[in-house]
Amino acid sequence: MRGAVGPAADPYLQVRDLRVRFATEDGVVRAVDGVSFAVERGRTLGIVGESGSGKSVTSLAVLGLHDPKRATVTGEILVGGRDVVGRPDEEVRRLRGRDMAMIFQDPLSALHPYYPVGRQIAEAYRVHHPRAGRAEARGRTVQMLDRVGIPQPERRARQYPHEFSGGMRQRAMIAMALVNDPDLLIADEPTTALDVTVQAQILDLLEDLQKEFDSAIVLITHDLGVVSQVADDVLVMYGGRAVEHGSAEQVLRRPRHPYTSGLLACVPTLHGDADADLVPIPGSPPSLIHLPAGCAFHPRCRYADDRSRAEVPELRSVAEGHLVACHRPGVAS
Amino acid sequence: MTLLRVEGLTKHFPVRGRGLVRAVDGIDFAVAAGETLGLVGESGCGKTTTGRMLVRLLEPTGGRIVFEGRDISHLGRRDLRLLRQDLQIIFQDPYASLNPRHTVGRIVAMPLEVNGIRPPGGVKQRVRELLELVGLNPEHYNRYPHEFSGGQRQRIGIARALALRPKLIVADEPVSALDVSIQAQVVNLLRGLQRDLGLAFVFIAHDLAVVRHFCQRVAVMYLGRIVEIGDREQIYERPRHPYTRALLSAVPEVTAPARANGRIRLAGDVPTPLDPPSGCRFRTRCWKARDVCATTEPALTNGVACHFPEGDDG
Repeated sequence: MRGAVGPAADPYLQVRDLRVRFATEDGVVRAVDGVSFAVERGRTLGIVGESGSGKSVTSLAVLGLHDPKRATVTGEILVGGRDVVGRPDEEVRRLRGRDMAMIFQDPLSALHPYYPVGRQIAEAYRVHHPRAGRAEARGRTVQMLDRVGIPQPERRARQYPHEFSGGMRQRAMIAMALVNDPDLLIADEPTTALDVTVQAQILDLLEDLQKEFDSAIVLITHDLGVVSQVADDVLVMYGGRAVEHGSAEQVLRRPRHPYTSGLLACVPTLHGDADADLVPIPGSPPSLIHLPAGCAFHPRCRYADDRSRAEVPELRSVAEGHLVACHRPGVAS
Repeated sequence: MTLLRVEGLTKHFPVRGRGLVRAVDGIDFAVAAGETLGLVGESGCGKTTTGRMLVRLLEPTGGRIVFEGRDISHLGRRDLRLLRQDLQIIFQDPYASLNPRHTVGRIVAMPLEVNGIRPPGGVKQRVRELLELVGLNPEHYNRYPHEFSGGQRQRIGIARALALRPKLIVADEPVSALDVSIQAQVVNLLRGLQRDLGLAFVFIAHDLAVVRHFCQRVAVMYLGRIVEIGDREQIYERPRHPYTRALLSAVPEVTAPARANGRIRLAGDVPTPLDPPSGCRFRTRCWKARDVCATTEPALTNGVACHFPEGDDG
């Protein structure tokens, strides 16, 4: 399903002007500040950013997992045409696990240590299929474990999470996420805790499963290499805002925002001159309480001008489907 | 000149009722003065345990560590304190490795204090120099760790490691907890220090690309053993052990052609070090394994421990 970002015919997930704020003792944290994107079935959107960029807060908002007492969520999050924002908890819960599911970085925190893995997956199935009997849920569980590449699935289903290796646990969590055949899968740093050879297996698996299940996938990661392997489209976030958005080809091969170019240039690689110094981005990511005026990236940007310091740049189209929030797009390329 | 030599180094941890974890199981390598050696491998390969033994935070259960011609494998407390003037460590987590109640000045001065060293010009002067050396503002002497970002905290840890002017620094995943944009800053800093001060490094990391940018030589570990060791060129351009090839092939890279053919995908996970496979430990995941691999452990010869290394079979 690779290709340019066309006019979205029927995006399964549509996020418009999402804002998430937390009131803290130190002030209001604008974790997400007006982010919009859409993901069609069968496509993968990679959301890339460093710590504090708002990428994980965005994914939790889509899943309706922010505590309304602590976070203020505004904007629109349409999942299969239904707005998640402001919808009663009970209804969001019904969507979650059935229409949308999630995979986290740490499978140990998502699996209950006291119950066998198979029982947890079966329960996830029965919650959303109340008429399914025990045997049916069990059959479906074994089938899913088998599908995600867990050998001897019947025996494995009876084991506890601690009896699984890290890679196998991540597979089990993927099985649990997919047991209800969700239309939307949100994967937050799904391979960050894994070894590189296991990460490669899991990324292959996710890609295969997407073809089979035809779901929309949102992959959140800090790793540009991971994104380049699996994402069709890429959204780069900085300081709670989208700074660049387009097809993977556009964003990763022809970046037009200095932050994206900087990120790509500062990562050490297995090719190229190993003796040359790396080209770091100076400074650190900003505080979300005291975001710099104008373009949030301006204190770290060598191309910043007076306008960058004063005026927040809007996301503007620089090519078909390629959006950049910079007063001087392409200046670094 | 050889600064550090490790022979048959072994660390076994007893696990109640389950036998021994063979974390490090007989490894040999040497580091010359001013040289940078990378130790790479996946979780459970023994790289961190090795690093901790080198600075003697752990005592080996077998083998020898020889530093400047002297066996340090079983030194006592007093001798260890002296040893650490020459041998320092930088940790992965810049949040956990600094005392939150101490000022930066005190943290960096601590090694001097503990060793009763009075540098010419005074401790304060020396600490300011060290802060400046790692790119921190010396005026921030009285600030606390929480007032610094992750990258700056790692710089504090580096300044502390440099305080005693060591000859060798063990850096255990020094940049893996940092944001991508900050990693490059710290890698460049370490490279500059290594060059300017002629420091030797044992650089432990799971990130092969970072190691490539820092190390002259690289040792690849798997389940407590070194499977391949050699110059950077050799390891990255002409890897001979199937595991090294698989490891390099698994790294996702933006610059690599997407969905390239000829990728190597290993099946399964690393086996448990409680009960490593017989013969070659990698054989359970190796596509080249034959009968001999299950019966005979390949010795590390010419830098590779494999019965059927790449390049030998045409």
